[in-house]
Amino acid sequence: MPYDTAALAILCLPFAASMVAPWLRGRRAATGLMLVTAAIGLVLSAALHPALADGAALRSIVHWVPSLGLELVLRVDGFSWLFLMLICGIGLLVGVYARYYMPPEDPLSRFYALLLAFMGSMLGVVMSGNVIQLVFFWELTSLFSFLLIGYWNQGASAREGARMALIVTGGGGLCLFAGMMLLGHIAGSYDLDVILAAGERVRAAPLYTPMLVLVLLGALTKSAQFPFHFWLPQAMSAPTPVSSFLHSATMVKAGVFLLLRFWPVLSGTDAWFWIVGGAGLLSLLLGAAAAVFQQDIKAVLAYSTISHLGLITMLLGLGSTLGAVAAIFHIVNHATFKASLFMAAGAVDHETGTRDLRKLGGLSRVMPITATLAVISGAAMAGVPLLNGFLSKEMFFAVALTTHRGAVVDALAGSIAVLASAFSVVYSLRFVIGVFFGRPRAMLPRQPHEPPRWMRLPIGLLALACVLVGVLPALVIGPSLHAAARAVLGAATPAFNLAVWHGLTSPLLMSAVAFASGCIIYALLRGWFAGRETLPLLGRLSGRLMFERLLALLTSTLPGTLERAFPGRRLQTQLLLIVLAAMVAASLAMWGTPLRFGLRASGVDPAFALLWLLGAACAVGAAWQAKFHRLAALLLTGGAGLVSCVSFVWLSAPDLAATQLLVEVVTTIVILLGLRWLPKRIAGLSPDGRRARLRRYRDALVAAGAGLGLAALAYAAMLHPVADSISHFFLERAYREGGGHNVVNVILVDFRGFDTLGEISVLAIVALTVFALLRRFRPAVESVDAPAQQRLQAAWDAANGEGAQPALADYLRIPGLIIQLMTPVIALFGVHLFLRGHDLPGGGFAAGITVSVALVLLYMARGARWVETRLRVAPVRWIGAGLLLAVATGVGSMLLGYPFLTSHTSHPVLPLLGDVPLATAMLFDLGVFCVVVGATSLMLVALAHQSLRRPRVLADDGEGG
Amino acid sequence: MELVLALAIGVLAGCGVWLLLRPRTFQVIIGLTLFSYAVNLFIFCIGGLRTGADPVLRDGADLSQYTDPLPQALVLTAIVIGFATTALFLVVLLASRGLTGNDHVDGKDGTP
Repeated sequence: MPYDTAALAILCLPFAASMVAPWLRGRRAATGLMLVTAAIGLVLSAALHPALADGAALRSIVHWVPSLGLELVLRVDGFSWLFLMLICGIGLLVGVYARYYMPPEDPLSRFYALLLAFMGSMLGVVMSGNVIQLVFFWELTSLFSFLLIGYWNQGASAREGARMALIVTGGGGLCLFAGMMLLGHIAGSYDLDVILAAGERVRAAPLYTPMLVLVLLGALTKSAQFPFHFWLPQAMSAPTPVSSFLHSATMVKAGVFLLLRFWPVLSGTDAWFWIVGGAGLLSLLLGAAAAVFQQDIKAVLAYSTISHLGLITMLLGLGSTLGAVAAIFHIVNHATFKASLFMAAGAVDHETGTRDLRKLGGLSRVMPITATLAVISGAAMAGVPLLNGFLSKEMFFAVALTTHRGAVVDALAGSIAVLASAFSVVYSLRFVIGVFFGRPRAMLPRQPHEPPRWMRLPIGLLALACVLVGVLPALVIGPSLHAAARAVLGAATPAFNLAVWHGLTSPLLMSAVAFASGCIIYALLRGWFAGRETLPLLGRLSGRLMFERLLALLTSTLPGTLERAFPGRRLQTQLLLIVLAAMVAASLAMWGTPLRFGLRASGVDPAFALLWLLGAACAVGAAWQAKFHRLAALLLTGGAGLVSCVSFVWLSAPDLAATQLLVEVVTTIVILLGLRWLPKRIAGLSPDGRRARLRRYRDALVAAGAGLGLAALAYAAMLHPVADSISHFFLERAYREGGGHNVVNVILVDFRGFDTLGEISVLAIVALTVFALLRRFRPAVESVDAPAQQRLQAAWDAANGEGAQPALADYLRIPGLIIQLMTPVIALFGVHLFLRGHDLPGGGFAAGITVSVALVLLYMARGARWVETRLRVAPVRWIGAGLLLAVATGVGSMLLGYPFLTSHTSHPVLPLLGDVPLATAMLFDLGVFCVVVGATSLMLVALAHQSLRRPRVLADDGEGG
Repeated sequence: MELVLALAIGVLAGCGVWLLLRPRTFQVIIGLTLFSYAVNLFIFCIGGLRTGADPVLRDGADLSQYTDPLPQALVLTAIVIGFATTALFLVVLLASRGLTGNDHVDGKDGTP
């Protein structure tokens, strides 16, 4: 299989499977999908190996936005290959394990869907050949880890832990994004290979330090390094398979992966040494010390993970090439033994029902196989010879001894390495002896047995890997490690010798000292360790508490203070500030640009001036009357709208005039429908105070300023010589390429079709929002009574009309009949507007509003109940169909190999009809039409339904909507 | 013509802004409507004013005989979006009236 296909398959298969998984029924199918996907990934990755010798890198490029330099680059070299194998291999084992670990009532489809998606994101991180792409997958891993940690979302601790992990790692991811932007800026490209080749230039750049800090923030948060380590123990509320996948082998390794990936570019400076080395050192020591004092076996493992990742980080911080090799080696070793230890801890939890070291003991008698496997993995973690942990720890000692950064560091490095190793011996002993040896406990929540065979198998395979690497390192891991080191370090790869026996060297001596002192410390102090829950002295400085305080400060204290400090609660103040800000912004933009008037003013038509005198009077009248005479104000507003509509006709914009006129009608109807729920206001009832008067003067001043400013701006804009605009392009091509004579319509449905698609989406969203708001909403008491005529008639009916049909039912019968007869005519007119839209004024918008006007007239004339018993209007379907049609038109052109929403025109000659202009844009316009019909009628009908509700407030809750 | 239209825009915008700053919800919705007229006309007038030059292609006419179609397309969408926001605002207004029992923009009567 060629590399392009294989790489794309490795990346895409997990995501595809993750989308399929939720639809599967039954645990067997979901498990099968997970295993098959992981196995395919493993096989494909393994097949890539022969091509990766000597530090070669395979690249496959999928172009996306070439003009912006954005492309999907899938890059695999020896180093990322190692990660591919880890992710797919441990993913496979975790898949097997989880099937038996997860409670049998869980259908597992959601679990495997998330696990697969996480696996895909992780593969994306390691295969990224473009740093922006890397950040994208990086953030995906944070998101999916959030969902996986919080998988048992009914538990508060799971939600808390998931949230904390997301905030810390997601925040780090944002820093990484900024850092990568800077790095790309410095290197001149976002391509990984270009950046890797630009190391000298990057380190010399003035932006190096801020960039380094940002990148490191990303890496250290992800790898749970000090001071961001606190999220990892909290994340232990995740299901154990998740912990053994994410918190041993993959997610937390992404941070050190990043450090290694950019090691040739970023390392070697003082800043790198102190930040990376320092964070690594502190995590190494603090994690190891804290692990000793934990009582929860998963917490022991979590802190030991922090410590081991600290070891890797410190190795990278030291800056020697041998350190980098040791780091790669330890990444692999740690992944194998820690994944198996997590699985063993899960097996213990699964069988006994507890994870508390104080309650556990003597389990080796009831579960001997699990105990043996856990002893092997625990010994590997402690660094016992003939196991893989020993080899990488020995390498670490060698690096610590050969690094020279001044006397203090030299002296400290060796002793700290020994101290941390001693601690790791202690916590390994606590884990293994505390759980499996000692006297058996009677008071366990469950009677333990050996876990199912398929749960032991993954633990066993990983333990076997520990032994194989430990006994035959050069044979088992040597070539892969060499290829990985070559891929990272290139020609600078040091010679290293993977052997169990190097002779009687100082690293071996240090190992022996660490091991012996670890055993002695454990033997002497085990009682003290079991009696505490936190680290002595430092236990109070909990990162978790500080994080929570910071979060509380940022999300509640600070906003509260700011809200009190600013006059933000009142809408009027806010609007005033917005208006003033807009005026200031406009003045600033205009500052220094002389407004030139009178360049090409055309003569004033007296009729036009008179028209606008009327319009202005309407506007002022509306402003005047809006408080006490709402109906008058509404009519006057309509007048102003009509005047602007006439101006559109006057000034050569027939399309605008038609649309404006129709919208005017609908707006007026909508507001009229709402008027009766507003409270009555009578002029002169409550005299204004002095403050209210002053405020009104101030507002009048602001309004006058805004009006004058906009008028001046408009005048200047109209007289400004028109720059070379894009209009000629549209005019020239409207017919040739868009197939329509009405240029405005062609722009809307063809040239700028994508904008229109966005706009109809907005319209649909607004309509659905209106609908949703009105569904559960009960309007206020109506403030307007029925007209006097109707009231009198109703009273008379009630008094005399026993048995006879009440006359009120026939109220407005004749106008209603006329409207009913006119409805099809109006609807037909709408269709006419639609059909001619491409060549003459009209189009989907105008047509849609016309049709909905017809519908609303019918509602008004006949009442909602009458209409709905005879006519099934499903506005939501109209909206959905319209949006689908519009998108399908766009996608259709993509299927034919053109960009999204390219339109095609033809003029077939049909019998009887003759030459018929047809354009695919017409289909798009039909979508627009459907959305507008649906949205408008949805809103109007929802409002109209409110009147049905009021009389039946107590009787019926579900009516209408 | 330009002067008349500019003044008209100014008057509409002034009335709109004044109403926007009023305390009653109905005043604000009318203000919003008037202000959107002003803004639509403003966007429209950027392309220059022409009479008798519809952007509907005719045979034998050269490009200089048409007005600028682009501002018209922009305003057309603006009109429809304006309608949508007005409807949404009206519903929010009614909901607020139902919930708080008055028609003050902050839902608290007694303030001017």
